[in-house]
Amino acid sequence: MDWQRIIINALEASVGLQAVVFALAAIGLNVHFGYTGLLNFGQSGFLAVAAYGLAVTVATFDLPFWLGIVFGLLGAVVLALLLGIPTLRLRADYLAIVTIAAAEIIRLTVRSVTFEGTFGGSDGRQGFAGGFYDLNPYPKRQYNIGEFGFNERQMWILTVGWVLVALSCLIVFLLMRSPWGRVLKAIREDEDAVRSLGKNVYSYKMQSLIIGGVLGSLGGFVYALGQASIQPDIFGTDTTFFAYTILILGGAARVASPVVGAIVFWMLLSLTDNVLNEAIDAGYISSSVINNTQVGQFRFMLVGLLLMLLMIFRPQGIFGDRREIALDAR
Amino acid sequence: MPADQTEAAAEGHTATASRPDAGSRRGRRDAAALALKDVPHEPGAPKPDPILVADGIKRQFGGLTAVDVDHVELQRGAITALIGPNGAGKTTFFNLLTGFDQPNSGIWSFNGRSLSGVAAHRVARLGMVRTFQLTKALSKLTVIENMRLGATGQRGENVFRALFRSVWGAQEREITTRADDLLERFKLDAKRQDFAGSLSGGQRKLLEMARALMVGPEMVMLDEPMAGVNPALTQSLLGHVKDLREDGMTVLFVEHDMDMVRDISDWVIVMAQGKVIAEGPPDSVMGDQRVIDAYLGSHHDAVLTEEEEQEVLAKAEEALERERAENEETAQ
Repeated sequence: MDWQRIIINALEASVGLQAVVFALAAIGLNVHFGYTGLLNFGQSGFLAVAAYGLAVTVATFDLPFWLGIVFGLLGAVVLALLLGIPTLRLRADYLAIVTIAAAEIIRLTVRSVTFEGTFGGSDGRQGFAGGFYDLNPYPKRQYNIGEFGFNERQMWILTVGWVLVALSCLIVFLLMRSPWGRVLKAIREDEDAVRSLGKNVYSYKMQSLIIGGVLGSLGGFVYALGQASIQPDIFGTDTTFFAYTILILGGAARVASPVVGAIVFWMLLSLTDNVLNEAIDAGYISSSVINNTQVGQFRFMLVGLLLMLLMIFRPQGIFGDRREIALDAR
Repeated sequence: MPADQTEAAAEGHTATASRPDAGSRRGRRDAAALALKDVPHEPGAPKPDPILVADGIKRQFGGLTAVDVDHVELQRGAITALIGPNGAGKTTFFNLLTGFDQPNSGIWSFNGRSLSGVAAHRVARLGMVRTFQLTKALSKLTVIENMRLGATGQRGENVFRALFRSVWGAQEREITTRADDLLERFKLDAKRQDFAGSLSGGQRKLLEMARALMVGPEMVMLDEPMAGVNPALTQSLLGHVKDLREDGMTVLFVEHDMDMVRDISDWVIVMAQGKVIAEGPPDSVMGDQRVIDAYLGSHHDAVLTEEEEQEVLAKAEEALERERAENEETAQ
């Protein structure tokens, strides 16, 4: 077994494109779910709106790259308003139902044959990332430390991505230590109590939905630009649930937890994948038990098991405070 | 609460609250009693200086009329108790007055300002703050954060200004000083950094009341402040409710404990089946026949004679017979 390759792959996965995308998605969810208690099950919808806003503006309508970013961000704000206006006055579960349905509506609309000319159907859109890579300051070569490394395109998107992650964390940190963040956390605990103290709960929930949605939408941009192509099915419900997994793995309502959660999650997926494949190739595991094509599915089962064990033995996640979890049991 | 402790508690917070005649508690109590002296002991009686006036408040849930109050006024600066048997509509009436529920019809005003259709958070900002029957301590916030949340007009509660501590830092320190003073008065200062969820039931009631005071209310509405509080804390809570009146606030509270009602209230309003059935000072109201009937049923003390029982039985049988005959007719 090639342990060096396994470890390098795991390290690359832990700082790679997927880790950045899901860190951003989970940072947004952390604002929604971790701090405000909003059950948004349609985070993939925010990523989709941003990615398609950019891709359609540039690839379909031939407009400049920056305009695509603006339209993507506007799309995320409008989506938050559309989701929030009818549901935020109602009980928490209505938002959950509406968000998951809205995310699916977005995915099915952009993949529909009717709008193939605009959104590109199930093939999605390509050829919109040129404007972004024109700005690339990294000269064309391979950037390596030993075997670990990336090419100049990957370096550029990862640099931008991690800067966005850092900025998002900073914003969340600044907001959540303020009285504004205190109102959000109080809403998570009991909205009526907050209302009785003279705060406009509806407005705060709406602000939280918009901010979390916009932070999540940054993940959509990074994904679209990193792949230089998008397809509708990457914005399915599993994207949202991966983001939830990452958030809970790190521990909800902690600034750094979505980032560490994303790193650990993608590292674990890479490790299980590579270790199993190498073990099968080396004959340690008989291919009658499991073969290479089954590993891709099986690793999710292993990660699922690991997460279950985590929830049993460390329910507060990596960063959480056990005392807080104990309060729920009272 | 022993007298010396009362004095100490009173002195402890004179500096923190605006209190015109700090000293003994009797001042405001006597003033309230004097103001209410000539008010007739009738439902809907007009008060000399009402802070809250409600007219024709009606709330129906499907076919059930939960609240149907013709007219009620609350005297400014007094402690008014709202009592009544279970299901009388007291909490629903509370929710309606504070904007947590909207009535099917009716108008009501606070300090002369109409509150019809005003959202709950605006009602609170106008100076009418409530607590809840099931205490709503914000469990995963610390006690001091619970308190800070209560302050109104915080600059840092705007999302853009929130990013810069320099904008709200000074105000936050002021708020914290005020919160600490209140925590000391409510003897929660030792719990300052604990999660509110780790407090006992009685301490949560205290915290909820202290937090409501952070809003700077003119009127405090307490929904069953004594429910689930152990007897040792009851006296202290009673003292705090009386203190509210001494600080110039108006108090309306729902309560089932009659000893407490008699002890602290200046005026009592009795509700039954959604209506106000009696009003008056505690001693006169508790002897009122309508109130006794509402709580215990109107025939609770009448013993039926043998003949009366026979009569009732005969009537019931007759009714059954008639019903059976009718059923047979329709069947044919």
